[in-house]
Amino acid sequence: MEHTPPPFFKRGPAPLVRLFFFASLSLALLVVDAHFRYAEGLRSGLALVAYPLQKLATAPFELAEAVGTYFTTQAQLREENAELRAKALAYSQNAQRFQAAEAEAAQLRRLIGATERVEVQATPAEVLYGSRDPYTHKVFIGKGAQQGIRAGSPVADENGLIGQVTRVHPLISEVTLLTDQDQATPVQIVRNGLRAVAFGGGPSGMLELRFMAANAEIQNGDRLVTSGIDGTYPPGLPVGLVERIERDAEHSFARVLVVCKPAAGVDRGRYVLVLVNESKAPPRPDDAASKERRSDKGKRAKGKDTGKDSGKNAGKDGAKEGDGTR
Amino acid sequence: MGPDSPQHILRPVRLSTIFLSFLGALFLNFLPWKDLRLVPDFVALVVCFWCVRQPRLVGLGVAWTLGLLTDAGNGVLLGQHALAYSVLAFLSIWLSRRVLWFGTAQQALHVAALLLASQGVLLLVRLAVGAGFPGWPVFVGPLLGAVLWAPLTWLLLMPQRRLEREHML
Repeated sequence: MEHTPPPFFKRGPAPLVRLFFFASLSLALLVVDAHFRYAEGLRSGLALVAYPLQKLATAPFELAEAVGTYFTTQAQLREENAELRAKALAYSQNAQRFQAAEAEAAQLRRLIGATERVEVQATPAEVLYGSRDPYTHKVFIGKGAQQGIRAGSPVADENGLIGQVTRVHPLISEVTLLTDQDQATPVQIVRNGLRAVAFGGGPSGMLELRFMAANAEIQNGDRLVTSGIDGTYPPGLPVGLVERIERDAEHSFARVLVVCKPAAGVDRGRYVLVLVNESKAPPRPDDAASKERRSDKGKRAKGKDTGKDSGKNAGKDGAKEGDGTR
Repeated sequence: MGPDSPQHILRPVRLSTIFLSFLGALFLNFLPWKDLRLVPDFVALVVCFWCVRQPRLVGLGVAWTLGLLTDAGNGVLLGQHALAYSVLAFLSIWLSRRVLWFGTAQQALHVAALLLASQGVLLLVRLAVGAGFPGWPVFVGPLLGAVLWAPLTWLLLMPQRRLEREHML
């Protein structure tokens, strides 16, 4: 089909050999990425190459939205304004009560000698797009390492927690949502202080408390908040609402599945807050021990941010416990 | 698709056409789609197209690089699309001599099988790593991709064909 005769005798290595080469290269990368996370540098570089194209792809939609907001009618604006005023009034009352309560709580904590809580700083960010991967629940936000975002930080919207920053690129960051199957969030029931770990429900868009004792005191309508004992999430952020409790009678040991609805708009909304929780808690015993060991060896102990490590450990520990009980 | 009948001799392809088609496919893939499972993988489709049409110019190396770029851009496991696209490119090159003998409809059937195989590789990788099955709609995307084969052939062969017509005049 071409003007020049094809080079019949120069074809390079056989296609099967090439397939074998590239397939083994991919498999090696997969293993390295899934188990050791050594490929982050390569990923960041490639993500930077893909960034202009991604930005270009989302630009028309941003433009359409900007034009749409420009042409909103006055009636809509007035309605929204009134709504926001009402909300602000309610919030300001809550805020006053909160300030008083916080002062009181701080005083009480000082009295009993507990560590003081640090104020949580928040960085607003915009959700750029969802991840192009039907297997996970992730979104990308338009702030990255350049704006001081760090891996492990919790992400919330106005109604509650939506997830955690799991990967930071120079200009964008990846947020794993609460509903992702591999995401584990330490929670507490507001009514009675019962602690548990909430796992993402995957495609259902719900949260699950998978391994509760059969006699655990939990009811439909219970509110879940972050417990804060992991040192990654600030305590008291709304996480979800218990919607359904399934008691599995077939299993010989007690097993209760609690399905919760996320409090925040996990899959909606465009603006989120990245929280920076500089917890003053001392390092965990095993963490400190392993760090000493690492520094003894004198390699890769430098400047790993603790937030990321502790966040991942919390998730992994939760997952391991889960596997054990199953 | 009449204009692509075998008696038409096409002009040699320009590298810029191939490059721009890959750029366009990546752009389409990065658009913020609502439900990703129902959207065809445009990069896979274009890789398949050029591997069938120009097996000496576009091969496993190009496919693998594009796969890696897709993986990093989408924030998924590094290497899964690279593996899937490599397998797709290999199968496309392997079938390239056969596919072009058929009409567009039968070509699309071949392409459907190839794209399903590539999606199957992705699914296997994710299941092996521990993800849950995302539901049967994942196989709708490849089938829609096969439906797009005819328009894609028409579009991507246009630069090669138009000059040919001028020659005939």
